[in-house]
Amino acid sequence: MSPQLAAYSTSTGEAFQFWVLGTVAVIGALSTVFMKKAVHSALSLAGTMIILAVFYLANGAYFLGIVQIVVYTGAIMMLFLFVVMLVGVTAADSLKETIKGQRWLALLCGLGFGILLIAGIGNASLKEFNGLAQANANGNVEGLATFIFTKYVFAFEITGALLITAAVGAMVLTHRERTERAKTQRELAEERVRAGKHVPPLPAPGVYARHNAVDIAGLLPDGTPSELTVSKTLRERGQIRDVSTEALNDLKALEQRSEERLERTAVEPANLKRAEEASK
Amino acid sequence: MNPVNYLYLAALLFTIGATGVLIRRNAIVVFMCIELMLNACNLAFVAFSRMHGNLDGQVIAFFTMVVAAAEVVVGLAIIVSLFRSRHSASVDDASLMKL
Repeated sequence: MSPQLAAYSTSTGEAFQFWVLGTVAVIGALSTVFMKKAVHSALSLAGTMIILAVFYLANGAYFLGIVQIVVYTGAIMMLFLFVVMLVGVTAADSLKETIKGQRWLALLCGLGFGILLIAGIGNASLKEFNGLAQANANGNVEGLATFIFTKYVFAFEITGALLITAAVGAMVLTHRERTERAKTQRELAEERVRAGKHVPPLPAPGVYARHNAVDIAGLLPDGTPSELTVSKTLRERGQIRDVSTEALNDLKALEQRSEERLERTAVEPANLKRAEEASK
Repeated sequence: MNPVNYLYLAALLFTIGATGVLIRRNAIVVFMCIELMLNACNLAFVAFSRMHGNLDGQVIAFFTMVVAAAEVVVGLAIIVSLFRSRHSASVDDASLMKL
């Protein structure tokens, strides 16, 4: 344990670390609030949490610092990112105010609250910092373990019950009961034959296109893009990219440029003509 | 530098989180701001633990982390099921009980 932790004032190194990382933490917190997209907010929050972990380490809370990185940035923020992906990354927040003037009132309230808190800390007599040198003498983890398994053992056991309840609750909340039986493959095939449309299997993604990404509609032999080649999930979400005509136009522009450079004029490549006809 | 500055930083982060809860409409971002407030409290606990020279503050911060993990799991499950029934994660859209 370093002797600085026991001192009233910290070392220059810690002061430097505090001012640099503290600024970054505040910027991260502000961008969590003010970024328009939820993904950006989540990433800024993850950055702030890592900096807080460094501050825990600097304050002699070695176990908590590591737990902060593992639990918060590792588990909780990834959970957040999963939900953001599930709910839709592209869904930006609506900036319409439902209650008039609510945003300014909220900012005012926040400012007042901040002034109140900081004035309270300023007025409190926080003169003596004992430091953790004595408490951490046998090791920080051992010291924490002694407390958790003696003085706080009931809280610890209740925590176990809480975690189990939370896990069961999450499962119950996200579980969706099937209202009807899933159709078997045989029934699906029979239905398809009875309907008489698309009796053979659907075309594979991107087979005749210039790209083979799954979200790009493939070209049929007659040159028209077919949405059937894109998977049903992407089709329902409307996430189909159509670059077939775009790519052809790019190619045309490229060939025109090369022709100008080579000072050729009338010669048109045969495959381009065919592609043009196909795209029409 | 006086270690009290850690408390000032915690107060600042808590304030930013609280303001975010009031300002934002997206339920996920509101939830993230709540996490920010919890983290600010943890920082204050750790700083107080250093001030008093015992580990009680760190134990409390540890329990806060556990409770925050449980809270995130349930809260995100609620947001997901809300999104499923409403196709939106905005807190304004959950107004079925309004006249």
